[in-house]
Amino acid sequence: MYSEKVMQHFKTPKNLGKLEHYDAVGQVGNASCGDVMYVYIKVENDAIVNIGFETMGCAAAIATSSMVTEIAKGKTLTEAKKITRDTISKELGGLPPLKEHCSNLAADALQEAIKNYESKKQ
Amino acid sequence: MKVYLDNAATTKTASEVAELVSKISLEDYANPSSIHSQGENAKKIIDDSRKKIADSIGAQANEIIFTASGSESNNLALRGLALANPQKKHIITTKIEHPSVLNTCSELEQQDYTINYLDVDNQGFVDLEQLQKSIREDTLVVSIIHANNEIGTIQNLQQIGQVCKEKNVLFHTDAVQSYTKTPINVAEQNISLAAFSAHKLHGPKGIGALYVKNGVQLKPIITGGAQEKGLRAATHNTPSIAGFAKAIEITTIDDIKKMVELRDYLISELLKIDNTYINGAIGNDRLCNNVNARFDFIEGEAILLYLDQEGIYVSTGSACSSKKLEPSKTLLALGLKPEESHGSIRISLSNYTTKEEIDYTIEKIKTTVETLRKMSPFKGGTNNVQ
Repeated sequence: MYSEKVMQHFKTPKNLGKLEHYDAVGQVGNASCGDVMYVYIKVENDAIVNIGFETMGCAAAIATSSMVTEIAKGKTLTEAKKITRDTISKELGGLPPLKEHCSNLAADALQEAIKNYESKKQ
Repeated sequence: MKVYLDNAATTKTASEVAELVSKISLEDYANPSSIHSQGENAKKIIDDSRKKIADSIGAQANEIIFTASGSESNNLALRGLALANPQKKHIITTKIEHPSVLNTCSELEQQDYTINYLDVDNQGFVDLEQLQKSIREDTLVVSIIHANNEIGTIQNLQQIGQVCKEKNVLFHTDAVQSYTKTPINVAEQNISLAAFSAHKLHGPKGIGALYVKNGVQLKPIITGGAQEKGLRAATHNTPSIAGFAKAIEITTIDDIKKMVELRDYLISELLKIDNTYINGAIGNDRLCNNVNARFDFIEGEAILLYLDQEGIYVSTGSACSSKKLEPSKTLLALGLKPEESHGSIRISLSNYTTKEEIDYTIEKIKTTVETLRKMSPFKGGTNNVQ
């Protein structure tokens, strides 16, 4: 059902957990749908120097969360803003069609975190 | 360790059943409808099997119709009755039926049928008073699942049958999950039709049966030859029919007692995990092999796949694992909120399940739940972001 890459990130997720010190958080999904993701970012000099996630959801939800943190870590905010659902799905070797829509929320969570960071700064 | 705990989905074919199926396939392959002696031999195998299955439910041999599955049996019951009794346009069923009943009813609903879907309480029992009040002059049939496939709640067929008898309405029950695990007696329980399947009880896949009480008017949904009193055309599947009859001997009273002990042990251990609940009935009104547990703040597909990594095979009512991405209708009917239904898994035992397997499963469920809860933003039920 899932690619090897998805299963790998699901079994051993990267950057798991809430950061002790973070500048902003992006929260997406809702419990009644079964998927909720929180992405925490720590920003220095307009770059994401640390990132962590917490996710309640299926294997696809957990794997996409892990993948988005891995891609975004070390990127400037300008670069990170280019990360989309497509980016995540491609890096994971594709997701089952049904999951593309419902569980591929991680990029949205990251964008939400960046938006929150920028609005706080203003 | 490989631990198969998805026996409500299907079971391992018992070796003695597989051997018999193979032997008959090789030796008694003639068409039972042929009048030569080889055909006669095959016919005898079918007659004997039919008698054995009939005896096990207190029926006459000529009241058993062989089909290819439990789903087909439910379809034949509902559609067959509808075809034979076109003046009756009302059906009563429940919100917790198997899809082969629910989807057949909803299709009939799109024609000109009115369907009453009875509510269930938080353990999955139908309300007899609601049933009684729902019965009308034009009620075709009351169709109520004997033991639910997800939560294992066993309905009181005796009482339901009594209501149907008093109101003079036909009573069909889907007994696919319950057959050989809890008694069924068509006379005592006033059952007019009942659906069975072999592969849930260590029999072959692709063979089912429908009990149809003598005198009940039914029409076939598969037309062709005159097999099965003209109610189900198709060359008989002699090996599987014999395998079905053999399989009903597999589960003994001792096996049931053992499953009940293991089930209750598993339930009591799972309940030691925080924020864990059991879906369905408690005690004797629960199927001997069914455990349905709900772990809050995590999702069922993730639990299932973590357990899969450990060689444990279960199933889940989570929307995330369903092709329609909808939560289980049965769990919602119990009154669970969608977010509560996502973290539910079904663990279904068999005759072959051992204490060692259950101990291993308990240990792995505990670590899985802990791991997934660490990932979840809802660790103790509250949002932990300040």
